[in-house]
Amino acid sequence: MRAVARRLATIVPTLIGVVIVTFLLTRVLPGDPAAYFAGPTADQASIDQIRAALGLDQPLPVQFAAYVKDLATGNLGNALSTGQPVLTELAARLPASAELTLTALLISMSIAIPLGILAAVKEGSFIDHVCRVVTTAGVSLPVFFTGLLFVYVFYYLLGWAPAPVGRLDVYFTEPERITGFFTIDSLLAGDLETFRAAASQLFLPAATLALFSLAPIARMTRASMLSVLSSEFIRTARAAGLRSRTVILAYAFRNAMLPVVTTLGMVFSFLLGANVLVEKVFAWPGVGSFAVEALIQSDYAPVQGFVLAMALLYVALNLVIDLVYGLIDPRVRLEA
Amino acid sequence: MSNVDLSVAAAAPLPGPAATPARPATGFAAALSHARYVATSNPVTGFAFALFFLITLAAIVGPVIAPYDPLASDTAAALQPPSAAHWFGTDQVGRDIFSRVLVATRLDLVIAICSVALVFCLGGFAGICAGFFGGWTDRIMSRVSDTIMAFPLFVLAMGIVAALGNTVTNIVIATAIVNFPLYQRIARAEANIRREAGFVQAARLTGNSEMRILLTQILPNIMPIMAVQMSLTMGYAILNAAGLSFIGLGVKPPTPEWGIMVAEGAGFIISGEWWIALFPGLALMIAVFCFNLLGDGLRDIIDPQRRT
Amino acid sequence: MDRRAFLASASSAAAAGLLGSGLPWARAFAQGAKQDTLLLISENGPNNLDIHGVGANRPGYEAAWNCYDRLVTYGIKTLPDGSRSYDKDVIAPELAESWQADDKGITFKLRKDAKFHDGTPVTAADVKWSFDRAVTVGGFPTTQMAAGSLLKPEQFSAVDDHTFRVEFVRPDALTLPDIAVIVPAVFNSALVKKNATEKDPWGLDYTKNNVAGGGAFKVAKWTPGAEVVYARYDDWKSGPLPDLKRVIWRTIPSAGNRRALVERGDADVSFDLPAKDFSEMKKAGKVAVASTPISNGMWSIEMNVTKPPFDNVKVRQAIAYAIPYQKIMDAVLFGEAKPLFGAASNKPDDLSWPRPAAYTTDIAKAKALLAEAGLAEGFETRLSFDLGQGVVGEPVAVLIQESLAQIGIKAAIEKVPGANWRGEMAKKSMPFMINFFSGWLDYPEYFFFWAYHGQNAVFNTMAYKNPALDKEVDAARAAAASGDKATYEASVKKMIEIAYDDAPRIPLFQPYLNVAMQKSIGGYAYWFHRQLDYRSLVKTVA
Repeated sequence: MRAVARRLATIVPTLIGVVIVTFLLTRVLPGDPAAYFAGPTADQASIDQIRAALGLDQPLPVQFAAYVKDLATGNLGNALSTGQPVLTELAARLPASAELTLTALLISMSIAIPLGILAAVKEGSFIDHVCRVVTTAGVSLPVFFTGLLFVYVFYYLLGWAPAPVGRLDVYFTEPERITGFFTIDSLLAGDLETFRAAASQLFLPAATLALFSLAPIARMTRASMLSVLSSEFIRTARAAGLRSRTVILAYAFRNAMLPVVTTLGMVFSFLLGANVLVEKVFAWPGVGSFAVEALIQSDYAPVQGFVLAMALLYVALNLVIDLVYGLIDPRVRLEA
Repeated sequence: MSNVDLSVAAAAPLPGPAATPARPATGFAAALSHARYVATSNPVTGFAFALFFLITLAAIVGPVIAPYDPLASDTAAALQPPSAAHWFGTDQVGRDIFSRVLVATRLDLVIAICSVALVFCLGGFAGICAGFFGGWTDRIMSRVSDTIMAFPLFVLAMGIVAALGNTVTNIVIATAIVNFPLYQRIARAEANIRREAGFVQAARLTGNSEMRILLTQILPNIMPIMAVQMSLTMGYAILNAAGLSFIGLGVKPPTPEWGIMVAEGAGFIISGEWWIALFPGLALMIAVFCFNLLGDGLRDIIDPQRRT
Repeated sequence: MDRRAFLASASSAAAAGLLGSGLPWARAFAQGAKQDTLLLISENGPNNLDIHGVGANRPGYEAAWNCYDRLVTYGIKTLPDGSRSYDKDVIAPELAESWQADDKGITFKLRKDAKFHDGTPVTAADVKWSFDRAVTVGGFPTTQMAAGSLLKPEQFSAVDDHTFRVEFVRPDALTLPDIAVIVPAVFNSALVKKNATEKDPWGLDYTKNNVAGGGAFKVAKWTPGAEVVYARYDDWKSGPLPDLKRVIWRTIPSAGNRRALVERGDADVSFDLPAKDFSEMKKAGKVAVASTPISNGMWSIEMNVTKPPFDNVKVRQAIAYAIPYQKIMDAVLFGEAKPLFGAASNKPDDLSWPRPAAYTTDIAKAKALLAEAGLAEGFETRLSFDLGQGVVGEPVAVLIQESLAQIGIKAAIEKVPGANWRGEMAKKSMPFMINFFSGWLDYPEYFFFWAYHGQNAVFNTMAYKNPALDKEVDAARAAAASGDKATYEASVKKMIEIAYDDAPRIPLFQPYLNVAMQKSIGGYAYWFHRQLDYRSLVKTVA
């Protein structure tokens, strides 16, 4: 427990750093939200009026103090681009991003882990090279390009995928919100038609994102498997005459899981913050596209809220991974 | 975009127990012969080296051999598909895409090299100091890294470019800052396990100052592992610039740059003018692909133990 | 689980799905809904359902237009090309059945059967409260009201429950037209007041997310940034009941995807298309397309006359002769715009507006003018455009940059993100820019008042102050108010001539507003506010 407390203490400076950097960064942005939001026929007076309404006429330290105070009371401000409180927006959009990212991760895992195992078992073979080339090619394309290409081929030309209009075709109504994941909620409601619609909307953006996350997972699986396969106990198991399949799956893979799980955690938190461009291409109402729009419009509050949420998520995820690590493998101790 | 970074992180040796043991630098000849061995035994790496050579060549002679002026518009020949006259077709204002792709090689390579060099100097040095001296230096540097790591990296890069203005210099700076933690952590781990190594002790005993030891003993020894990292990050730098271009924060028009050309061309895919985005996209992909494979290959050369 | 058990459970689950309530209902909904539901797609969605709100964006205007009624509106006319457009010269009844103007003001008689969405009758007190709000809240609504000389609450009075009066502060021909724009919408004052707070006396926070009006459509569901679902207000009395029962408006940021959706028949209407998509879709003929010149709007090159060398008229004219006009028309607009260059003279022969200037691409003349200005060697500057308008701005900038290089002017291209654009415009910090401006009220003097007049509004990005021009603009406004046609005509012609000769702003072209829709959609009309009016749309299902 002491270790956990010590670990938590190290997070505090990080979070303070994030808050300060975000605040400064958003204020350095050259845009003038007051002028932007004053509308088409605004004159200087009405711009000033709006500036005052937004509190932007105050000196920076005052703005920062107000910001920290709001933060402490859970008020992240309003997003000017959608007019809603940032907290509401984030809460409403996070499930969309999470569903997309998790699905991408699942697709990616189901391809990358077998590929990684295969590459490790047949190290140096043709399959190993193919694995390396394919996964590397996946990370070598800008995701927005892959996304648009997918839309063009699978929707526009072939008509296999549904129209890229967001999470659900317009003629369906959203399932009752339980988890916020449309696929799960529709299943819980027993509505297979909606499930199908939600799942088919999800597939293309998730595949785009998955293509991009193949490489880290496949590589880590391969590396981790290689080191385990060369260890004493595997050699012993082989010597004892166990079947090769049993050795690889039952013994080697189980032991190689730990670093893979760590990588998965990292990939998840990373993708969640980084699927910005995929969301934009597929009109996906997630947190990423929300933050980018806000940034382009110099709309401070959502950018700050988004970054803060991501930072919290990242820190929490790492903490959990650290703790799980310690539980799974007692040899690993928490470092202060 | 920034996801690439992750593959880099994952591919890099983990700090701590997984890191490579200290190993005295081998001679140049040995390295060369080993390189030859790796290139021939691993065809993919050989291929990557060949690609790298081609890209470098294009960067050097591209502007000279380009058949057209990459900036010259010709609205009469706008939006032409690939043909004998325009191998990669023409864009909206009739510029030759082949020439633009070729000429862009230099700029993209410059962006990649500069950002990597910058982050190597900043992150690498911060990491070595942190690992070698420990204590407060370590604590401060690690907190700085943690803070940067906690940001969604692409959004941070966007923020920096948006705040400083979209010039090549600022794109380089943003990419470097975003990669800082990676370099800092690797350098720190590598320096840390060497701080009490035999050759360092020996240098101390002969009366060398700590700073001198840092520069003459530690730095050369962690160079190989950093070189791998640099190769992997080069690809990321190019992708990062492309992503920034897509949301309008890339280099200024009409400068030819792969990312911005893909971003411009992306709007034409649905209307059937696929060549505008495809060819710069392919060039970009080949370059990033090459850097990534090269990074893997370099690791094999530097660290033969990890291969088995 | 063995295979047989799995199959059994799978088939029973499927059966449950088929027989359960979910599926048949969804099907029935999909079939029935498609006939009277319109699926509209556009790049952005509203951020505020109330046009009085701080920072309400353009899509927000659309929501306000369709969900609120105004006293009066504009008539609809058919243009020579067969397309339909609002008619600036015909003011039509909406909430007001009739109105009577005298020397001192206008008296409106409200229809007696009009009710707000919650069933409350619409009274003159609501109108008075709404007008008071528009002139008091500040920001855009207040400025827009002022454009029609509607300045203070004292001007407005509720004579009785169904009679409302506006007093003039000065004679202004634009007062009645300004009452027909989006801003003077009529709010359900009781409902808003109930939800107002001390900090927010006009209830702006409430109307941001809730419609408190009596327009033809109600907002059934709004997911900011993604979707607005409208339902028809069946008790609407201020006009013929709309044909559409539901309108679903989705935000699709990628232009390519918007095009794909319409071409594949998955969306009914795609609003505000790039010229290229429009011209290609028109050729392909799969979908119906409509395009209307944006009234009182033009893209132009603007030069800040306070920043040398743009203070020299010769330099400005030199640039005007160096613009590759036709290249821009061909490569950027695919011919889908009205050219505003190459006229015989800068002296207008009629009152049509926007009208071409006399400039053409003539590099030799440009060089000569630059030499006369003592800048034969050229100079360096930066050419800015709004990133949000990059589809047009960027290629135009590239072409102009290339052309200017021929006369020795090195212009670095600067993309300014949307948020900064307004700020830079207000600060007048950009020396040289590509810009678009359009006035809601379609009168040349209205355009000049915002874009050229020495009052130096935001849109006078050139910081242009010319007393001779100001005199003509003021004279034209006064003449319009007093009905002095001869003076009006002379002044308008004179101000155009001065502005074009002096060239602080070089007209490029008048853009079109392009809309693509399925052939089953009819009744589209162009509106001055460049947003979609759902009320006239009709969907026929074969």
